Amino acid sequence: MKPQSLFDKLWARHVVVDETADAPAVLYIDLHLIHEVTSPQAFTVLAERGLNVRRPDRTLATLDHSTPTLPADASGRLPYATKDAEEQVATLIRNCERHGVRLLGLGDPMRGIVHVIGPELGLTQPGKTIVCGDSHTSTHGAFGALAFGIGTTEVGHVLATQCVLQRKPKSMRIIFDGDPPKGVSAKDMALAMIAEIGADGGQGHAVEFAGPAIRALSMEGRMTLCNMSIEAGARFGMIAPDEKTFAFLEGRRYAPQGEDWRRAVDDWRQLATEDGAKFDREVRIDAARLSPMITFGVSPDAAAPVDAIAPAPVSDHEKLAADYMKFNAGRPFTEARVDRVFIGSCTNSRLEDLRIAAEVMRGRKVKAGVVALIVPGSEQVKRDAEAENLHRVFLDAGAEWREPGCSMCIAMNGDEGRPGDLVVSTSNRNFIGRQGKGVRTVLASPATAAASAIEGRIADPRPYLEARHVD
Amino acid sequence: MSIEPIRKVTSRTVVLPQENIDTDQIVPARFLTTTTREGLGRAAFYDWRYDENGQPRNSSLFNGVNPQTHRILVAGQNFGCGSSREHAPWALLDFGFRVVISSDIADIFKSNALKNGLLPVTIDAATHLRLLAAPGAEVTVDLEAETVTLADGARVSFKVEPFARRCLLDGVDPLGHLLNEMPAIEAYEARP
Ligand code: SF4
Repeated sequence: MKPQSLFDKLWARHVVVDETADAPAVLYIDLHLIHEVTSPQAFTVLAERGLNVRRPDRTLATLDHSTPTLPADASGRLPYATKDAEEQVATLIRNCERHGVRLLGLGDPMRGIVHVIGPELGLTQPGKTIVCGDSHTSTHGAFGALAFGIGTTEVGHVLATQCVLQRKPKSMRIIFDGDPPKGVSAKDMALAMIAEIGADGGQGHAVEFAGPAIRALSMEGRMTLCNMSIEAGARFGMIAPDEKTFAFLEGRRYAPQGEDWRRAVDDWRQLATEDGAKFDREVRIDAARLSPMITFGVSPDAAAPVDAIAPAPVSDHEKLAADYMKFNAGRPFTEARVDRVFIGSCTNSRLEDLRIAAEVMRGRKVKAGVVALIVPGSEQVKRDAEAENLHRVFLDAGAEWREPGCSMCIAMNGDEGRPGDLVVSTSNRNFIGRQGKGVRTVLASPATAAASAIEGRIADPRPYLEARHVD
Repeated sequence: MSIEPIRKVTSRTVVLPQENIDTDQIVPARFLTTTTREGLGRAAFYDWRYDENGQPRNSSLFNGVNPQTHRILVAGQNFGCGSSREHAPWALLDFGFRVVISSDIADIFKSNALKNGLLPVTIDAATHLRLLAAPGAEVTVDLEAETVTLADGARVSFKVEPFARRCLLDGVDPLGHLLNEMPAIEAYEARP
């Protein structure tokens, strides 16, 4: 048999009906994650057609997108941004009750951003197919799962049949060679990768990340990288499971236990790409040559080293972006004044991210006039961070420590910037208006975001990280 | 909601030449708190059409656009990138569009559009440039023949995934197709 890639194996294991010239494959879904924003209309279709959720046991719901990150008032009322947001939350609660779907609702100690809780609970496992009505579902690919975002119609398909119709995409391997220098995180690798291949560079492809710099990444870092594959247009991003993957999962609530665990690990070891497997496209990136990155445009591929000079726009697209972002061409990015900093989102809201941000902020103050929002990815992350007193570091620095949720990543819960604000954000999209009308978003790593909060300008995090390591 | 079959659309174009028009531009996130599919046409490109005070923008490329006669959207490369929100095609359809043409359309958007009766058409760069340069031109998109015919009679072909094409032409229902496969799905689940 021809050497198989991780992707080939994941795909083959889940084909229920082969694809033909006339019809896509029927692909079985092991785990379906749902949230309040992209599910209501899917439940409506079920109701219209008299269908039920076929496998509630393979479905898990959470509330994250439109939920407030400020606590309830004295009367117990949560400060919803709008009536509609509250109604959307109520709709998911009703739909879950009606169909027997497990909901990690408000007040549940396991609630959090959908892509943070899957791995945290041990539900995300190598070899699984995982879908969610959310484009960042590729995050779960960090575990060697076949994980991809779907639309609401497809959410309905999965609810009703536990399957999707999908043609096998082309394959691409992105190999990171070398050792990233200090201060270069998975987020910087992701931004460099997107800048290299473009915002549509991965279109139509399932991407496997490989190479020594990937092996060296923590599971959190791998999640950050796979999370961002959609920003390069790739719906699927994945990394072969290894000892780090198993160590991360062992003992988690929904991970296999005992004899099942040993059997599962034996099976997971079979998943890695075999030598000689063919990819439709291959890209190599030298991690040793990367720097901490920021974005300066309105698409994630407009990324540059944080210590670079703002380029003069050339194409119409670049001119439009430059008009909106208002960096001074020919001047260093680090001269740009920052109004807000957001540390959170399914890209960078896990414990490791918060630890790095705290390392930068410890004993320092957020620059006067800068609002810094730190939003943990889940209730679990919040508890873990508080157990290490990270929240103290943030609060002492003058940052805000919020309740878990998507918050300013999508700015639909009331957390947003003001028109014209320059926001350094650890989230994944710098689109026009993404973080509020007229808000200018600069994507960066948690270290860069934290350093920028301290300096009140876009800041290189390396001096902060190095200083810490001398003492 | 059943989708409206689509065979052939002859209409004027609306041209949005920008590259990488993301789904946050098509429907800003603050409109996503809806729990229905209807009425999103109002939200389509909202911040491009209206200013901070909700007043129509003088500079909007939508000024003078009549949804009855302008049913074809021509957009810059990598249209529909970003989030998986199906609200994007819902909004475009509700606004009046039936076809989106670009040199490159993002995967999830394309898949969502096809499931709702909005036809995504990917064409070669040269024809794309010609269309971008001629806002308001009359264009015919024929799904059966898989061709785009420009105002001067020039004709180019495009490809749509065959199953999605059949769904759009004949009103085949993808969920019905999946439900018909239930015996195979059950057999798959019964495997050890
Ligand atoms: S944090 Fe942002 S990208 Fe992630 S699921 Fe929430 S809204 Fe989507």
